Amino acid sequence: MTGQPPIPVPVRAPRGTGRLEGDTAFPAAARVALADSQLRRNIGAATATIRDKRAQAVAEVADWEALRRAGEQIKTNTMARLDELLIQFESRFTEHGGTVHWARDAAEANRIVTELVRRTGSRSVVKVKSMATQEIGLNDALEADGVDVVETDLAELIVQLGHDLPSHILVPAIHRNRSQIRDTFVAEMPGVDASISDEPAALAGAARTHLRQRFLSAGVAISGANFGVAETGTLVVVESEGNGRMCLTLPNTLITVMGIEKLLPTFDDLGVFMQLLPRSSTGERMNPYTTMWTGVTPGDGPQDMHVVLLDNGRTATLADEVGRQALHCIRCSACLNVCPVYERTGGHAYGSTYPGPIGAILSPQLTGVDGHSPNDSLPFASTLCGACFDACPVRIDIPSILVHLRAQHVEAAAATPGPPSGEQAAMSLASWVMRSERRYRWATQRIRLGRIAARRGVIRRLPWPLSRWTTTRDAPAPPDATFREWWDRQ
Amino acid sequence: MTTALFVTCLADAMFPDVGRATVTVLERLGVDVVFPSAQTCCGQMHINTGYQRDALPLVRHFVDTFEAFEHIVAPSASCAGAVRHQHAMVARRLGDESLAMRAEAIAARTFELSEYLVDVLGVTDVGAHFPHRVAFHPTCHSLRVLRVQDKPLTLLRAVRGIDLVELDRADQCCGFGGTFALKNSDTSAAMLADKMADVVRTRAEFCTAGDSSCLMHIGGGLSRLSTGVLTVHLAEILAS
Repeated sequence: MTGQPPIPVPVRAPRGTGRLEGDTAFPAAARVALADSQLRRNIGAATATIRDKRAQAVAEVADWEALRRAGEQIKTNTMARLDELLIQFESRFTEHGGTVHWARDAAEANRIVTELVRRTGSRSVVKVKSMATQEIGLNDALEADGVDVVETDLAELIVQLGHDLPSHILVPAIHRNRSQIRDTFVAEMPGVDASISDEPAALAGAARTHLRQRFLSAGVAISGANFGVAETGTLVVVESEGNGRMCLTLPNTLITVMGIEKLLPTFDDLGVFMQLLPRSSTGERMNPYTTMWTGVTPGDGPQDMHVVLLDNGRTATLADEVGRQALHCIRCSACLNVCPVYERTGGHAYGSTYPGPIGAILSPQLTGVDGHSPNDSLPFASTLCGACFDACPVRIDIPSILVHLRAQHVEAAAATPGPPSGEQAAMSLASWVMRSERRYRWATQRIRLGRIAARRGVIRRLPWPLSRWTTTRDAPAPPDATFREWWDRQ
Repeated sequence: MTTALFVTCLADAMFPDVGRATVTVLERLGVDVVFPSAQTCCGQMHINTGYQRDALPLVRHFVDTFEAFEHIVAPSASCAGAVRHQHAMVARRLGDESLAMRAEAIAARTFELSEYLVDVLGVTDVGAHFPHRVAFHPTCHSLRVLRVQDKPLTLLRAVRGIDLVELDRADQCCGFGGTFALKNSDTSAAMLADKMADVVRTRAEFCTAGDSSCLMHIGGGLSRLSTGVLTVHLAEILAS
């Protein structure tokens, strides 16, 4: 035996934890949502409005396809050297007086942020709308530590006051209409006028009064980030209301939680994404407020600045050459608004902070496809209609990734000990039959036996699992001869 | 010119009239149509349900069956789409590079019916006569996988006597999605309900499309609700 080097213990990328998976598989969760006709009306109306706005905003841009391709290429390049770019970002951010923290998963990120807040001595936090902090369940962790947390984005505030969960990436309260929001304000907002109307201006005014005092008194702000620039160490928040800017400029301490995939290599790259994001998300040419900060400016704005770089399943996702495209997502939610499944079920059915088509490819990759978890059902929550791919500003091929993850699910389920499921057996049998002309011909000729069950050309009831078809649809009666029998007779 | 008809397993077993109509249209235009009898299924159901290992022998069988032909025509955008966009991917993912390359070569010669008529034969008027009010559903895989654009509509507009009406939200999915209709049957039914409402609102006698699977779904719903609206495949209109 020659002296072999010891076999290194493989390093395992951490899996995502936190609010990334529901308790039930999608079909059952969707059934609950589908039964709520008010919810379907609210979401149907809202997505139709945003869909039309986006289509108009995109149609104005002559080189939209070129922009999409540029966005795709910048993101592909970023993922290919994410390790270097993260180190570069860390150096720049630190040089400018900030502190960088690295978090493997939700629990570690929550521990870091909770400790940072504790150190300030402040017990009151204002928050900028952020998907990353929703993903890790930060509000619950802070509240468990006795911190008073206020969401300052109007829609996030509605969700928070209603003890609800967001159902959309950009419009977290999309499942609520304005009379429902009025009721939530009257019941939950301290000091609100009980006779307030459900006019949007009146509701926004009440929220403004409620929030203003919080902005002025909070010692700590917590944000996410739309982009982080590796070259300069700059963080960027894109928003509509200006409440984010209040949080980002008033308190002394600013803590930003950012997924590691949010980096862009250079400041110039922002030029592409600032064109893609607003048109795709709100259907606006430009969003009202874009805040960028590069470390601490003495005497101006937050003096104590932190960023928590969050993995939570992203490195594991990056390892999959097909699936890693999901990390290109810039959270515009265009795919949600065009998705016919999301439009019917809303976001809660997906069980994760990330709903809709992007959630269906991102959530299971962050938590891991294992053949049986609720998130394994998400890649199947699509007809593969392709509307999401066409809407995506960075050309994430969501349908192909859905098909890829379905294969991972089936392969993981097959590797699980135990007898094959009915579906596995049926698929194997169908494959065996259809790889032979003789067996296929025999089988297709047997289908005509189904004519016995037909009345007036249709079959109204089929046995399980095809009964799922015939609960709402007739099945056609089989023909008396197959096409190939006709052809052979010619 | 010899052209192979890939009739698709669904049309072969359940909708033979669609296959016959496809032959009628092609022969009327002088195409020498052959039907390679070894053909079975393209494997799309297996691929889209995650069973790529079970799909691989079907991909191989398809390639063996159709490799010799100059052109392959299918009266289905989703089956043509599986051949064009999935076969090589499955072979490559499962480590069969030579099969992947053969599949890619076939993919470039495989067409959905309207593409074949308009792009390859250069025909937009096939001489059909169909004096009925018809709503056209442009299936998802026609629009967004094969990107046939308005080729089916161009062909339909040339049909004598047809009263072609626009569907609201025409580009929205009918909710079929293969095994999606069984795995997520409630969501599928909700999507179908909206599609049916859009069809019925046009007061069309027929709903047409280039895919038998979508038509089976829409037609199954229209029949269950006794709407009186019938479904008919694009090929059947073009053959009449």
